[in-house]
Amino acid sequence: MYKILRKEVFSETVKLMVLEAPLVAHKAKAGQFVIVRMDETGERIPLTIADFDAEKGTITIIFQEVGKSTMQMGLMEEGEYFENVVGPLGHATEIKNYGKVIVVAGGVGIAPIFPIARALKQAGNHVTAIIGARNKSLLFWEDRMRAETDHVIICTDDGSYGRKGLVTEPLKEILEQNKDIAQVWAIGPSIMMKFASLTTKPFNVPTLVSLNTVMVDGTGMCGGCRVVMDSGAKFVCVDGPEFDGHHVDWDLLLSRLSFFRDEERQAVERWKEQDHKCRTDIMFENGIKEGQNG
Amino acid sequence: MAKKIIVPCKVKMPEQPAGERVHNYQEVPYGYTPEEAMEEARRCLQCARPTCMDGCPVNVNIPGFLALVADGDFQGAVDMIKLTNALPAITGRVCPQEVQCEGVCVLNKKFEPVGIGRLERFVADWEAGQGKIAIPQAPPQTGRKVAVVGSGPAGLTAAADLARMGHEVDVFEALHEPGGVLVYGIPEFRLPKAIVKREVDYVKSLGADVHLDFIVGSVATLDELLEKYDAILLGTGAGLPWFMGLPGENLGGVYSSNEYLTRVNLMKAYRPEYDTPVSRGNRVLTIGGGNTAMDAARTALRLGSKESIIVYRRSRAELPARAEEVHHAEEEGVQFNLLTTPVAFHGKDGRVTALECIKNELGEPDASGRRKPVPIEGSNFFIEADVMVIAIGQSPSPLIANTTPELKTMKNGTVAADTATMKTSKKGVFAAGDIITGGATVILAMGQAKIAASAIDEYLKTGVW
Ligand SMILES: Cc1cc2nc3c(=O)[nH]c(=O)nc-3n(C[C@H](O)[C@H](O)[C@H](O)COP(=O)(O)OP(=O)(O)OC[C@H]3O[C@@H](n4cnc5c(N)ncnc54)[C@H](O)[C@@H]3O)c2cc1C
Ligand SMILES: Cc1cc2nc3c(=O)[nH]c(=O)nc-3n(C[C@H](O)[C@H](O)[C@H](O)COP(=O)(O)OP(=O)(O)OC[C@H]3O[C@@H](n4cnc5c(N)ncnc54)[C@H](O)[C@@H]3O)c2cc1C
Ligand code: SF4
Ligand code: SF4
Ligand code: FES
Repeated sequence: MYKILRKEVFSETVKLMVLEAPLVAHKAKAGQFVIVRMDETGERIPLTIADFDAEKGTITIIFQEVGKSTMQMGLMEEGEYFENVVGPLGHATEIKNYGKVIVVAGGVGIAPIFPIARALKQAGNHVTAIIGARNKSLLFWEDRMRAETDHVIICTDDGSYGRKGLVTEPLKEILEQNKDIAQVWAIGPSIMMKFASLTTKPFNVPTLVSLNTVMVDGTGMCGGCRVVMDSGAKFVCVDGPEFDGHHVDWDLLLSRLSFFRDEERQAVERWKEQDHKCRTDIMFENGIKEGQNG
Repeated sequence: MAKKIIVPCKVKMPEQPAGERVHNYQEVPYGYTPEEAMEEARRCLQCARPTCMDGCPVNVNIPGFLALVADGDFQGAVDMIKLTNALPAITGRVCPQEVQCEGVCVLNKKFEPVGIGRLERFVADWEAGQGKIAIPQAPPQTGRKVAVVGSGPAGLTAAADLARMGHEVDVFEALHEPGGVLVYGIPEFRLPKAIVKREVDYVKSLGADVHLDFIVGSVATLDELLEKYDAILLGTGAGLPWFMGLPGENLGGVYSSNEYLTRVNLMKAYRPEYDTPVSRGNRVLTIGGGNTAMDAARTALRLGSKESIIVYRRSRAELPARAEEVHHAEEEGVQFNLLTTPVAFHGKDGRVTALECIKNELGEPDASGRRKPVPIEGSNFFIEADVMVIAIGQSPSPLIANTTPELKTMKNGTVAADTATMKTSKKGVFAAGDIITGGATVILAMGQAKIAASAIDEYLKTGVW
């Protein structure tokens, strides 16, 4: 059992939780993830380790409510417990001094990009962060990002904060103006990672993306998380989650992600019918909209 | 003893009718009543040279326990089995008896062999039904600590033996439930999970601690474990599923058998109160001919598919699955497309819709001694289906080997070990089960685990590697 020590509500659909998980916290590194299960009947949900504190034995997760499981998780409160937390899973990000780097985050992707940006900065890189969100209310950790990077650019789809537009625009501009960008990380909805990779491709700047495929076990046992690279099929949970975005078969990835959409939608509907009517109506609509973009 | 009269056929074991059982997850055979069990046990000729025992990898005293069953001494029978086989309720259900004990029973030459598996199952269930499974007295503690990695049949067997030898045992399991393939792979209708739980509880009652959500290789490496433990037993199985590398293999609706069965068994997708989804499918194709393929094909029917079809490249005689599974699958209406090899998956809008296959004929025997399937040029044809399950085998996951450079592995990913002691190339580390053999059987995993447990005990006592 893993206790929720702290909960923060970033927006109607984005929540942060600090969990007591000493074994995970002890080993965690930037770029890795955990799989959590709420209770006996819950799904196994992969979530990036957004922050960790080995001394206190805690990890931080930030999740967006996109389906039944994440919506139900959003209702959990401080003092309650997750039945299972397993990790750290996947390879850690390779941190070294590359020189000038850019990290690009879309939506809840700010969570996984934060520890990477911080570690890159500590390793001596010049880090520019581009953060995008649908609107101002979905942004979080701007202050932490500013504190841990050299330069922060914010974009919102509706212009409610920062620049109006998509993260790929400032990304392209920086690449045009600076020929010395050594590497780019882009983490967020798959569609955003696809376009970020397409943006950097003509500049030939290596671009790492953190793939969020459907997963079951997270240990390389089921193959449900497989993704096709130029070099062949890989398992995201054990071979990733970071891959070179220029070599990912994005169309296949996007179609595999939508595979359970009908089943998931039915699950939300069944759950809503039970008793959580009004609250989840809002969450469902927001969640699915964002989920589909993601 | 008066000359025995030979009873040619096994006492029938009642089972759920095929038409009914495809709509539920309950176990198919009901098991014998005490009277039926005694009658079946009396068919044993009590051979002076019991060939049956040659077929049992853990040397169960078969005529011995059968004589006790025939006399109605079920407790005596189960105690005798447990001297060499800690999990009779499981082996009685899943051992491929027709190629092991029953396959070499003298009766099998002309008649049906004695139903050894059924009787093993019967006495184990009988004991559980008595509600008081005897827990051996705790032995004096040795003060030595052993880490068992993986809680499948190999890990559970070794943990039980080591605990009974007085060592402190910690079992580390990656998943959220102990049992290995017994919980995530083999379906409820073939091996009820309550039985696995009973065995896990038994191992715990002997004093072994089971730590879930603990992936060795990521939470702790073998070297880190060796700082705290005097020896390690690796029983991590062969969990890495094989794919075929065919075009279209990654379309939506194409699963590995591990994913399909894990969604249904471990994550209980067949029960509405559980959240994990699985595609039900109208027509489900399973590629392969082993137990895993039978389990997937029979699961598909229970999930509500109208048709469930097996595609296997050799002929019926070569199907590697247990005979009983093939028989049950046929009874339930699973169709067999034999001598057929897949060549491509075809789909529409990202979802699989058809499998392109080619017909084979049987050629010369290959390295495995089985006649090799040879494709018939130009015989390509399509089978339409909306869910496809690839069940062609698996090998050990590289996770631990990758984080332990001194651990020697073979080309196919299995860990190299001396089969007399189950010692690996790394001091203090032993291994047993599918991690050594690749996908094999429950009883082989248990047999190796027993050898490993004795060798570990020896090593802890003498310190000699
Ligand atoms: C390595 C990894 C790290 C992740 N880290 C985070 C994180 O830090 N924060 C976070 O909010 N999410 C993260 N995700 C995604 C998260 O796991 C999914 O959003 C979650 O599993 C959805 O569960 P659900 O039951 O609520 O939604 P579902 O009911 O399963 O899905 C609802 C909708 O979302 C889509 N969907 C399902 N799974 C995913 C997915 N993996 N990615 C995108 N869309 C999906 C479905 O097609 C459906 O339309 C991560 C995923 C992976 C693989
Ligand atoms: C669907 C299916 C049906 C089968 N049917 C039969 C049958 O009818 N009869 C028969 O005899 N055999 C059958 N088999 C084969 C049999 O199940 C295996 O041979 C047997 O389970 C092997 O036991 P094991 O203990 O070596 O490994 P497993 O049962 O695979 O257990 C390994 C355990 O280790 C855990 N693990 C793996 N890596 C790590 C790690 N790094 N850290 C911690 N834990 C880890 C796994 O999660 C798992 O729980 C079947 C197999 C399958 C897949
Ligand atoms: S353990 Fe398996 S092989 Fe041995 S007697 Fe029992 S059923 Fe037969
Ligand atoms: S070989 Fe068959 S008949 Fe002979 S002892 Fe064994 S089970 Fe009995
Ligand atoms: S999640 Fe099962 S293999 Fe990656």
